[in-house]
Amino acid sequence: MMSADSGSCDDPLLSSEAENNLRNTMVEKVASLLKKLEMNVSEAEKRTGKNSVNMQETYTAYLIETRPADSGPDGGTPVPDMLWRRYSEFELLRTYLLVTYPFIIIPPLPEKRAEFVWHKLSADNLDPDFVERRRVGLENFLLRVASHPLLSNDNIFFLFLTDEKGWRDTVMETGFQDKVDSRLKSLSASFRVKNPDKRFTALKQSCDELHTVLSQLLRVRVRVADRLYGVYKVHGNYGRVFSEWSAIEKEMGDGLQSAGHHMDTYAASIDDILEEEEHYADQLKEYLYYTEAVRSVCRKHELLQYELEMVAQDLAYKKQQREELATGTVRVFSLKGMTTKLFGQESQEQREQRLSTLEQAIGECEELLKEKNQESQDFIQAAWKDIERFKEQKDRDLREALISYAIMQISMCKKGIQVWSNAKECFNKM
Amino acid sequence: MSVGAPRGLASSGQKPITDIIHPLCAADEPLSPGPQVTVSTGRDKDNGMTNGTPVETSSPASASSLLNRLQLDDDLDGDASSETRDLFVTVDDPKKHVSTMETYITYRISTKTTRIEFDLPDYSVRRRYQDFDWLRIKLEDSQPTHLIPPLPEKFVMKGVVDRFSEEFVETRMKALDKFLKRVADHPVLSFNPHLNAFLTAKDLNKRQGLALLTKVGESVKYVAGGYKLRARPAEYTAMGEYLDSFSGKLGTMDRITQRILKEQSEYLTELREYGSVYSSWAAVEDELQRPLEGVASSVSTCCRAMEELSENTSQDFLPVLREYVLYIESMKNVMRKRDQCQAEYEGRLEAAVVRRQEERTPIPADVEKCQDKVECFNADLKADWERWQRNKRQDFKQLLTGMADKNISYYEKCQSAWESLITVLQEKQTEDKSILRQEEPFYQAPPVRY
Repeated sequence: MMSADSGSCDDPLLSSEAENNLRNTMVEKVASLLKKLEMNVSEAEKRTGKNSVNMQETYTAYLIETRPADSGPDGGTPVPDMLWRRYSEFELLRTYLLVTYPFIIIPPLPEKRAEFVWHKLSADNLDPDFVERRRVGLENFLLRVASHPLLSNDNIFFLFLTDEKGWRDTVMETGFQDKVDSRLKSLSASFRVKNPDKRFTALKQSCDELHTVLSQLLRVRVRVADRLYGVYKVHGNYGRVFSEWSAIEKEMGDGLQSAGHHMDTYAASIDDILEEEEHYADQLKEYLYYTEAVRSVCRKHELLQYELEMVAQDLAYKKQQREELATGTVRVFSLKGMTTKLFGQESQEQREQRLSTLEQAIGECEELLKEKNQESQDFIQAAWKDIERFKEQKDRDLREALISYAIMQISMCKKGIQVWSNAKECFNKM
Repeated sequence: MSVGAPRGLASSGQKPITDIIHPLCAADEPLSPGPQVTVSTGRDKDNGMTNGTPVETSSPASASSLLNRLQLDDDLDGDASSETRDLFVTVDDPKKHVSTMETYITYRISTKTTRIEFDLPDYSVRRRYQDFDWLRIKLEDSQPTHLIPPLPEKFVMKGVVDRFSEEFVETRMKALDKFLKRVADHPVLSFNPHLNAFLTAKDLNKRQGLALLTKVGESVKYVAGGYKLRARPAEYTAMGEYLDSFSGKLGTMDRITQRILKEQSEYLTELREYGSVYSSWAAVEDELQRPLEGVASSVSTCCRAMEELSENTSQDFLPVLREYVLYIESMKNVMRKRDQCQAEYEGRLEAAVVRRQEERTPIPADVEKCQDKVECFNADLKADWERWQRNKRQDFKQLLTGMADKNISYYEKCQSAWESLITVLQEKQTEDKSILRQEEPFYQAPPVRY
């Protein structure tokens, strides 16, 4: 419960306490990179440079600072390492992680272009407020990766933080791009899995629902913000009319004049309020984008299942062929049946040879099926572990976000009460 | 009433108006006799409905509760006059009457008084808007030098406003109450026999009133006949300018307030949808279901608070602004009459001066009488102006303080809705935390700091 005295709402006491608790447990138990390395994105800078096709362009670079968490052998405070990255490099890192760890829900990046913003906010990519919010988002992304039990141990990620110049080439050398499963994109709509895993189907569905409801929420929130902005700003007109009116009054003049100032304050206060609220929107947006990462894991699983089913189907077909060959019966009308009739029976020798080729193919196929089965099992196991982890993270984060949203609303109410109480005092003096 | 009124005029308000021949009343035309007065006792339930019968049966408010309310009003007004006040009127209890000819609303008018002009200490009668209108015309006619408070607008656009809706009747009742209180508090108007009749008579005989109305119209036309003021005192010009400018401010405030109402109603539409999205989100979550339902219910509490705020603005705030616009019109009307009066005097004086130069006759008595009229008018107007300014200050202080109060209460309601949500969210979280300790912890997004 919030204490009623002033100012406490500005300091999210509750959530910072909760955060500390979590931080503590995290440091104790997670063997992640964060334990060894502290990191943050401390600065953003507008730059102009030439791109790959030698065109002049303006972009934003972000300063990543890292420093060892433990003090060095000499006991002094360690000197931070600093390097600059731009958004496209974050994107490259994420693509690499996505391809390399298909069974992990890779944390999303903050939006590339401002989406779901109310009309007073600029949609310009170089707008300082936007850049600042993106800086926060990028730092959040790094921290999420660094605290992930698996991702945090990735060497490419480590080099991203520590090797400014050579990193790009190292990523390319991994050849991750060859592994990009083109079918993930092209086939996703066309292939149908016969026996989908019910858990993944359910996951995909709830993911779609979350996506729908979050984007709707974000859209409506923008409209609510726009309207609230209007309500506050129109009150500013009282400020003007009170001040003009005060000029023609004697006893009432002073009270009106100062009440007018309070109305101006009231109208102006909405800017800060809505800017704060934008952080809440960012928290929701992260989970809107997370849904895409979850879906990507589901798609990958579907693809594996599809491959598995194809191999199984192939094997079944081959086994059927073998049976036909062995018994000499042709169950269905086929081209082969026709040729047999036209050209006569094939020799015993030919048949033996075909049978042995088939046997061999079946053997290979069985081997492949086993392999695929194993691969699928492994994937499901790893993916499900990460999904469980993600679910908990989501519930926790979103509850935290709701708390901070409620705190924001309380703070807004307190501001409102303050301004109107001040105005009331002035009216009372009239 | 410090302004020296000549001839010990009505301004003192202690003598009944019928004893005084007001300078503006033509001497040969005595004040029209008051309407036929039949006294009705306050307990007379079926008080004088000439046509139509009350749809509901009324029970007269207990005298003590009425008195309490009146005393409360005194405190609010905080005026010096409240100490010596001896006439209390209240308009309440609207009732709809349906007859074959028409449908209309009557209001109960309760009077408590110690004045000797009244035979009984308390009265209760029912009046409809027309009767108020009659009273106002009578007052304007018999006290032309005084500012008569405005009535709420008579004509209502049919179809746009439902004349019988609860809100409309409520708003009109408040305005009528205000009107009658202003008249009853006036040191001169409150002694007007027409008011006495209005407050006490079982039946109002209004025919004479209507006949007089046409006469007044004619006399106004006559006076308006093209005199130009030679020297209008600067103070009246300043008053006129003030009224114009104040009326402009009121108009602006009215527009701003309506705009705010529009913005608030659009905000409300969006906010309702916003709340329902949280509800549908709650439906697709397990762990987050309760927190999200909590948010949805906080949002809907805020919606209700906003509805209340808007309703208050449109039913209590705006009508007062509009009453003052009408009040300003009444004031301007009196000032116009004053100007006409002065113009008449100047015209006659001029004519007399010319005649004197030609015929060497003294200034005739009727010119002097005219001068007296102007002076009386000035005195009355100044006194009314002072009173009006005091009332205005008091009314707006109350109105604006009320507006601030309503906004504060709106924010308080929203705040408590969000605070109770936090309690819910946090209880749940502590439970979770204890379970989670045993499991594998994970990184949590840092809460954004402000």
